Amino acid sequence: MNIRGNLLDVSGLRVSFYTYRGVIKALNGVDLWMDSKQRLGVVGETGCGKSVTALAIMRLIEEPGEIQAGRVIFDGTPLLARSPGKPGTRFQSQPLEIEGKRWKERTEEQMEKVRGKELSMIFQEPRSALNPVMRVGFQMAESISKARKISIRDADPHVREMLKTVGLDANRVIQMYPHELSGGMAQRVMIGMGLSTNPKLLIADEPTSALDVTIQAQILELLDHLAREGGNAVLMITHDMGIVAEFCDYVMVMYAGNSTEYAATKDLFNDPLHPYTQGLLKAVPRVGRIEELQAIPGTVPDLVEPPTGCRFHPRCPKATNLCSTDQPLFHEVKPGHYVSCHLYLNPKEDE
Amino acid sequence: MNFVSFILRRIILMIIVLVGVGCIVFVVSRVIPADPVGAILGGNAPVEVVDRMRAQLGYDRPIAVQFIDFIQGAIRLDFGVSLRTNRPVMTDIMEYFPVTMELAIVAIFISILTGVVLGVLSAVYRNRWIDQFSRIFSIFGVSMPVFWTGLMLILVFYGILGWLPGAGQYDWMIELDNPLTSITGMRLLDSLLQGNWHAFWDAFRHIILPAIVLGLTATAIIARITRASMLDVLKQDYIRTAKAKGLKKRIVILRHALRNSLIPTVTVIGLTFGSLLEGAVLTETVFSRQGLGRYITNGLLGLDYPAVTGGTLYIALIYCLANLIVDIVYAILDPRMRS
Amino acid sequence: MKSFEKTQTLKPYLDDLKHTLYLWRKSHLTMVGSVIIGLFLLVAIFAPLIAPYSPIEQDLSKRLIGPGSQHFFGTDHLGRDIFSRVIHGSRTALWIIFLVSVISTAIGTIVGVVSGFFGGVIDEILMRITDMFLAFPSLVLAMFIAAMLGPNLTNAIIAISLVGWTVYARLVRAEAIKIKSMPYIEAIRSVGASRLRIIVLHVLPMCVSPILVQMTLRMGTIILTAASLGFLGLGAQPPAPEWGVLVSDGRGYLMNQWWISTFPGIAIAFVVLGFNLLGDGVRDMLDPRLRR
Repeated sequence: MNIRGNLLDVSGLRVSFYTYRGVIKALNGVDLWMDSKQRLGVVGETGCGKSVTALAIMRLIEEPGEIQAGRVIFDGTPLLARSPGKPGTRFQSQPLEIEGKRWKERTEEQMEKVRGKELSMIFQEPRSALNPVMRVGFQMAESISKARKISIRDADPHVREMLKTVGLDANRVIQMYPHELSGGMAQRVMIGMGLSTNPKLLIADEPTSALDVTIQAQILELLDHLAREGGNAVLMITHDMGIVAEFCDYVMVMYAGNSTEYAATKDLFNDPLHPYTQGLLKAVPRVGRIEELQAIPGTVPDLVEPPTGCRFHPRCPKATNLCSTDQPLFHEVKPGHYVSCHLYLNPKEDE
Repeated sequence: MNFVSFILRRIILMIIVLVGVGCIVFVVSRVIPADPVGAILGGNAPVEVVDRMRAQLGYDRPIAVQFIDFIQGAIRLDFGVSLRTNRPVMTDIMEYFPVTMELAIVAIFISILTGVVLGVLSAVYRNRWIDQFSRIFSIFGVSMPVFWTGLMLILVFYGILGWLPGAGQYDWMIELDNPLTSITGMRLLDSLLQGNWHAFWDAFRHIILPAIVLGLTATAIIARITRASMLDVLKQDYIRTAKAKGLKKRIVILRHALRNSLIPTVTVIGLTFGSLLEGAVLTETVFSRQGLGRYITNGLLGLDYPAVTGGTLYIALIYCLANLIVDIVYAILDPRMRS
Repeated sequence: MKSFEKTQTLKPYLDDLKHTLYLWRKSHLTMVGSVIIGLFLLVAIFAPLIAPYSPIEQDLSKRLIGPGSQHFFGTDHLGRDIFSRVIHGSRTALWIIFLVSVISTAIGTIVGVVSGFFGGVIDEILMRITDMFLAFPSLVLAMFIAAMLGPNLTNAIIAISLVGWTVYARLVRAEAIKIKSMPYIEAIRSVGASRLRIIVLHVLPMCVSPILVQMTLRMGTIILTAASLGFLGLGAQPPAPEWGVLVSDGRGYLMNQWWISTFPGIAIAFVVLGFNLLGDGVRDMLDPRLRR
């Protein structure tokens, strides 16, 4: 068993949603990993499973979704340890061996202890992510109160301090209701809430996608500054390559429920290996580019009946026959640079 | 300012409607029956008696005059004298109405409590046994005739088990030992106010079964609405945030989800009040409680026109008032009215 | 060639129908409701054939017998077989539902169409009148009207109809208003379509679906109201085998001869349940949002 990140290691994550339309095989074996204080960007088109991955790490996947298999190790403890069940059952909990000890995945009560404390998450639509009938101050105090085991009242000074840190007028904002905030303010509140417990890892699910472009830059800067100071690792989910370039040390590209490429940001931009990544970068406007923008032909596949073999093969300009039959493994091709593509895989290699 | 003018408009509307209600009641009670007095006294009554009664009731005057008298009387809340009790109808109403009110209040209290709890549990433990049970209960709850449910429960709890009394509002033997003075006309309240615990417990034992029966339909509806509303709320983003904060499931439900999900429930509660008034008529008959419903029913059967007109008008008034209050409360809750 | 075209134009309707049937079969509760109502209809239609005894013949030598093989539901205080009475009661119930539905839908539709289509003062007046009828708890008003007319089955039917039409009025009015302002109505008016024509050919057809849903949903309420009137003595009169009257019959004998009141009440609950399930299902099926 190969553990690649010392803070977070996700391996073989499979998630399906059982809907009336059929079974949506949302995640088809996702791998990702991070070290502490790192910034990882998870990029991909809408619907590729980035948010699902984040929710799976937090074990917040609910009916009709189900995490069927995979291994998630966070800060040394297994948040998830499952393997596909025998026919007839959905999955089974599979104990892991780490450092000679056997661990089962955390129970729900144990997960509750981890969430909001060492592992935090902020979401895309900040105003709808806050409870409309509660004041902002109270909602922030909740996180702090739970993490530090103090009363809501005692959390008050911490809330004020946090609001100041994120650049808001504490006295005003603490009394306000979410619908009275602007998008930018609400996201600051969410960031404040997320970082108030000084988590080891903050997952940010497209935190700026719902905001104005000008506000986006501010929010990213705030996040950057705070995370750097607090020493928090950030898993940034986004579809915007620009944000990745600015903010993240490492990037993981996802497509249709699979990890397709992983590298340090610079390496990815300079030397994209996977045809999908290459396509993505060709579609992004860059200063100094002269060639036309090119869209990737085709559309995102239906995940109820996904393509066989490599899920990208119908749209891939370099597809071969092998691509339509065999799923390529996510494999280290150059030092620190992983791809899942038959173009780079030695078929005889096994893990 | 929007708010005040809204309320004023509703009140004026209500008054117009009440006038119309008065017309309907008048038309139905005076115009429709061919010979009300003859009907009361029976076919064999001597003519003089019939004529005398007709004069006494004022039915011998032209319809238009009768109508004006009626309206004037209604505004003063003077509905004449009951043919059966020989007291002013309004006095009767004042005595019997609190009984009905008391029953309705207890019923709605039980309904809200049971309905909300069932609805929440149903939504949180979706498709498990509590949900199935609650949904089946809801469906049955709105299907069973109130009067039959009352009889069945009397059969079980009084006839078979003997736990609860089967009829009436109090046990006269307990009343003899612990006499109760009537302050509000509601025994539960009066006994509480006077610290008369025996009377209180007795009144409670007599009211619990009819209240449950009366509230059954309302419970079913409230449970259903709470469930739907809760399911809706649980899908919202802010619930996901609450979970991501690592809050315990119980806190997420009770603190974050519940308040949001109760808003539609509150409107429904207002609407069910109407069904309670109707049900009260039947419940009082089945449980032999001296409330306004029973008064009207007996009046209808005994052709006590003044009592019936008065009672029906009064119930319509209460009903309209209740609806008005619901509209106001909803306007308060609806955020569009807030800012 | 022509028949092929015809089938082609019909195809979307056929597909729609097939999908409706599919949805109907898939929802278990709706199926249960349909079965119950189907049973109810059969029993009501074939009542004389199914009932082993006469519903009104008395036999004082057979009073107050408990449920058994001779008398499935027992006999009442006059020796009448309760099972037969309940069976025949379904006929009464069916009759009531049918008449009340037709009458109240008719009244409501007329009021609604006139109110919605012509608008203005007429609309205001008619809506106020509707409010006035709605100002009473419906049972109380029905009781009142029935008593004043003279308690019997016919008058009960009239009373219930007079109380129930308001729902249809509002529904139809809403549809009429919606359609009235549609551009295509303006278009055909400009080529001389009379208002009557518009109402009949354009407004009314759009109302059929919501009216049907409401009718099904209200059938349960109609039975309950009728039974309540019967129970109180303000509707059908003894010895008529109306279910509410049957329950009332047994009241004096409740403790020891529980079957007299129990079985008719179960019949009521059962049928109302069926209508509720069916109505819910019909509503869900016709709701475009839920149709997938």
